[in-house]
Amino acid sequence: MASIRLENITNYSCKCVNLEIKDGQMMVVVGQTGAGKTTLLNIISGLVSYEGSVYFDEECMDSISPRYRDVGYLFQSFALFPNLTVRENIAFGLEVRHMRQEDIAKRVNELTSMLAIEHIVDRYPKGLSGGEKQRVAFARTLAPKPKILLLDEPFSSLDPRTASVLRSEIRSLQKRLHITTIFVTHNQKEAFDLADSVAVVDNGTIAQVGKPLEMLFYPKTPSVHYLLGSPTILKCDEVVVLDFGLAKVLSGSLSLIVAHEGGFFNKLAILSNEIRLSKYPIESAIPNKFKARVSDVKFQKTIAHISLEIQGTTLMAELSMVNWEQLRVDIEDEIFIAIPFSAIKIS
Amino acid sequence: MNSQKNLYMSRLRGVFSLLVFIGIWECSVRFGWVPFKVYFPPFSQVALDIKEMLFENLLIQSYKSSLVRVLFGFIIGATSGIALGVWMGWSEKVYDFLKPIVSILYPIPALGWLPLLMLLIGINEVLPVVIIFICSFFPIVYNTVTGIQEVKKEYINAAKLLGAGDFTILRKIVIPQALPYIFIGLKLESGAAWRTVVAAEMIAIPTGIGALMMRAENLMRIDIILVCLIVLSLMCLIFEGFFSYLERKMTAKWN
Repeated sequence: MASIRLENITNYSCKCVNLEIKDGQMMVVVGQTGAGKTTLLNIISGLVSYEGSVYFDEECMDSISPRYRDVGYLFQSFALFPNLTVRENIAFGLEVRHMRQEDIAKRVNELTSMLAIEHIVDRYPKGLSGGEKQRVAFARTLAPKPKILLLDEPFSSLDPRTASVLRSEIRSLQKRLHITTIFVTHNQKEAFDLADSVAVVDNGTIAQVGKPLEMLFYPKTPSVHYLLGSPTILKCDEVVVLDFGLAKVLSGSLSLIVAHEGGFFNKLAILSNEIRLSKYPIESAIPNKFKARVSDVKFQKTIAHISLEIQGTTLMAELSMVNWEQLRVDIEDEIFIAIPFSAIKIS
Repeated sequence: MNSQKNLYMSRLRGVFSLLVFIGIWECSVRFGWVPFKVYFPPFSQVALDIKEMLFENLLIQSYKSSLVRVLFGFIIGATSGIALGVWMGWSEKVYDFLKPIVSILYPIPALGWLPLLMLLIGINEVLPVVIIFICSFFPIVYNTVTGIQEVKKEYINAAKLLGAGDFTILRKIVIPQALPYIFIGLKLESGAAWRTVVAAEMIAIPTGIGALMMRAENLMRIDIILVCLIVLSLMCLIFEGFFSYLERKMTAKWN
């Protein structure tokens, strides 16, 4: 596999981007729509022109055509060839390399069984579900054994459950194959679930690069803070380790149950867009249920940023404008909130 | 099962409408409802005439002449039209260079070229072939260019990143996906080729179905004219049907 290095990359969408991804690592690139994330992948794969240099290991790729860069690219729309069957789609990259038919069949069988799509190999893409298309596209991308994998928001068109299953499958495959991967998304949850390192792209530049939790607790710019879920950072006054991988944390007068896999921590980050809000008491099995007061609401584009007062502690929550209007709650009103484990990160 | 039943019902309705049309034709002549000053034969008479003309070889000879012209002109026009369309659709430079020429020549009706070609080529067997070539060439170029350009850039990029060269991308990805557009051109123009050859034969060429119709007009043989019109209609339908069948064979599985 290979490391990737971008040096002073500039084009119509990127401004002087410098970035390095170590061999075998998965970097998640987070940014808003139009920030230049996909352009960055297109630059690495050679699909668009640019100034500056792209290196795979120490080899400069600038003059090498996309055909010979040995990059696997999973497009957001999957780009499965509609006129070819699943088998032909997966075999495409092998046939153009003039591999022997027996070797092609063997590799296709290996990938279809690895991704559990043996039963659909003779079907055409038009008859596949979103999840199946995603698996086929991933198999096709992996078939020629690329040294670099570029994934462009591959889960954006899938339902959350399928996306979650495929996310963990892709992560385990990436680790098993030890393939250097760049994963582009605007979903910060994917960044925390998948990344060895995170790069936040803002307006065509790299705003910050680092480990996911480091970025969460120490964002360098407001845009990094916002793109990683606008977390509320709380200091832990007291931590009591419980059974079943849980810990009870006291922060001021607020008591929270958090998932805890061992190790010391003294800070909490509560992701604002994962806090659940309701006008009525929440009856589900989610831990950390509180009654709060809405102290302020600010609107930014289609998002409502809500300040919540809970037992003297201020938490930030985020909702889409539509959901906020449906809540029918005003400033100073009481509201019920639940903070699931996935909304709390510890450091 | 339901869709098969729907198809069957739809075909049944088509056959029924045809029978109603023939029935009205037959009845209006037999009961004297037609206001024409000349003799207008009933459908049964025309059917008998077809049989007679087939035996007399008159229709066969004329039909053969027209068919050969259509086949030659259309095959040359369609293959060169598809080839140029693929080239223009694939290469931006070629498209920029040839688009103005094609745009200027495309709107001219094929028969508009007839006086000029009569002077340049003369009245011989090449003339109708060239007219049909012109008739089919430009629309097929247009449709093929559209089909090639409509193929999503993502498919081409995906194929490129999987290691495919231009020729493989064209052959395996782009041309197959452009087929629905190419077939629209072929279906429309195969019918148009028949309409054009008959018109050309009526005006300038002394053999073929069009010429036979003009001779029948001189002799006031409406029955022969009607037989020729039915043959013309059948040929248009058969050619279009052939390309529809071919299209279904090649694209129905995935399109």
